[in-house]
Amino acid sequence: MSWSQEELVAAAYAVVFVFVLVYVAIIAAKLARLQRETAELAALARGKARNEG
Amino acid sequence: MTDLSLTSLRSLPALAWITAAAMGLALVLALIVAPEDADQGISQRIFYIHVPIALTAYFCFGLGALKALLLLWRGEERYDLESYVAIHQGTIFGALTLITGAIWAKASWGVWWTWSSNQLVLFLVLFLFYCAYFMLRFSLDDGPRRARSSAVYALFGVALIPVSFLAIRLAEDFIHPTVFTREGPQMSGSMFATFVVSWAAVTLLAYVLYRVELTGKRLDADLRELREALQ
Amino acid sequence: MTYLADVVALTRKDLRIELRGRDTLPAMLLFVVTALVIFHFAIPDAAGDDAAYGLLWVAIVFTALLGLARAWVPEQEHGVLDGLVLAPCDRSAIWLGKALATLAFLVAAQAVALPAFVLFFEPLGVAALAGVLLADIGICAVGSLLSAMAAAGRARELLLPLLFLPLAIPLVVGGVGAAVSEQAERFLLFLLLYDAVFAVLSWASFEYVVTE
Repeated sequence: MSWSQEELVAAAYAVVFVFVLVYVAIIAAKLARLQRETAELAALARGKARNEG
Repeated sequence: MTDLSLTSLRSLPALAWITAAAMGLALVLALIVAPEDADQGISQRIFYIHVPIALTAYFCFGLGALKALLLLWRGEERYDLESYVAIHQGTIFGALTLITGAIWAKASWGVWWTWSSNQLVLFLVLFLFYCAYFMLRFSLDDGPRRARSSAVYALFGVALIPVSFLAIRLAEDFIHPTVFTREGPQMSGSMFATFVVSWAAVTLLAYVLYRVELTGKRLDADLRELREALQ
Repeated sequence: MTYLADVVALTRKDLRIELRGRDTLPAMLLFVVTALVIFHFAIPDAAGDDAAYGLLWVAIVFTALLGLARAWVPEQEHGVLDGLVLAPCDRSAIWLGKALATLAFLVAAQAVALPAFVLFFEPLGVAALAGVLLADIGICAVGSLLSAMAAAGRARELLLPLLFLPLAIPLVVGGVGAAVSEQAERFLLFLLLYDAVFAVLSWASFEYVVTE
């Protein structure tokens, strides 16, 4: 498969662009997980407060 | 709980916006505004993204080694995570260097890989070295032992950079790869300006990602502490 | 002077253990000669005479790995490493003792391997032999440290080659260059540089690797 010069230049920049997008996706997934964990912990804390209060 | 200014997110959004603007500017300059090189044609434009990424990778490895040195010297635990994240970034940017380098090689010389590009070969060696860094971390249990071993290995890494480069240069004596040369771009003023903007943008990008990842990992650790406290 | 005395004592301990147990050195010898035989079948004729030197260095590196993987086993088998670390000797002396012992084993293995190589393949000049010796120093200096690092974790037999091989690349360049090049002095100087840099680094950082 023969690539034209323009295609290769575009590919080089596209690789970087895609990498940043992948990073954003990973961060989004991490954020979702952190949100879930915080909610769990908040429920735990509420439960504890109720038991002690 | 850690409350260090490095993890506070207050300055981060501003930094991220600046990075976005810089990246946008760099892209416009590199792909549209900069004059086309007379010898290499359009493929020379890859230079504006490939070289900054390579330089940034070196910077990240250097930062990782600095944090490693601080860990060994001062003994504060936070340096371990900072060193690890810096090296993680460096390895990612190293991989990007190899990928963009291969694309540039294809554009310049028609081959995806050549042993005659000393910088590419050096990055391959470093990439392998730092991949082993992660293997080391995965095989040791969390704790001061792992932190210190990783730190020592990170220091070996930066020592390896000049030594490897020298070795690759010397090896040309008896290994004769088909030599490809690129006419180094006679950088005109606008080309140089484009390069500087691009370099600044990529460095900022790496730093923003570094801070984001660091914050994420610290949050993880804090949540774990919280969980243990609540259960 | 006590530092040197410690080092000598540690080295002698390792040599004595090996002389009694006799497991590592014979394995290294057998491995390196077998590897050379395999290499005979592995290089097509058209490759040229110099290719043999490259294969010599591959054999040396992997034989060294074999020895290095076993380097800290005596200490671990008897729980001795913690004791050594607690001992009043400078921790770096432990590294130096181990590196010297490993060097002795490697040189002993090469005392058989190099004549075998000359017999099977190509002659070895003074520069080539100097290169072997200088590279041995680098291999044992760095390898002893990395072996201690890997020994603390899981899958240490897998980890040590991964950690060691990238660092061994400059040594291979130096060694092959010393054997093959007309400007062998450059390569020997380079090996000296490598040894200086990495031996000092290993010596200085060993205590961080081995304490809790």
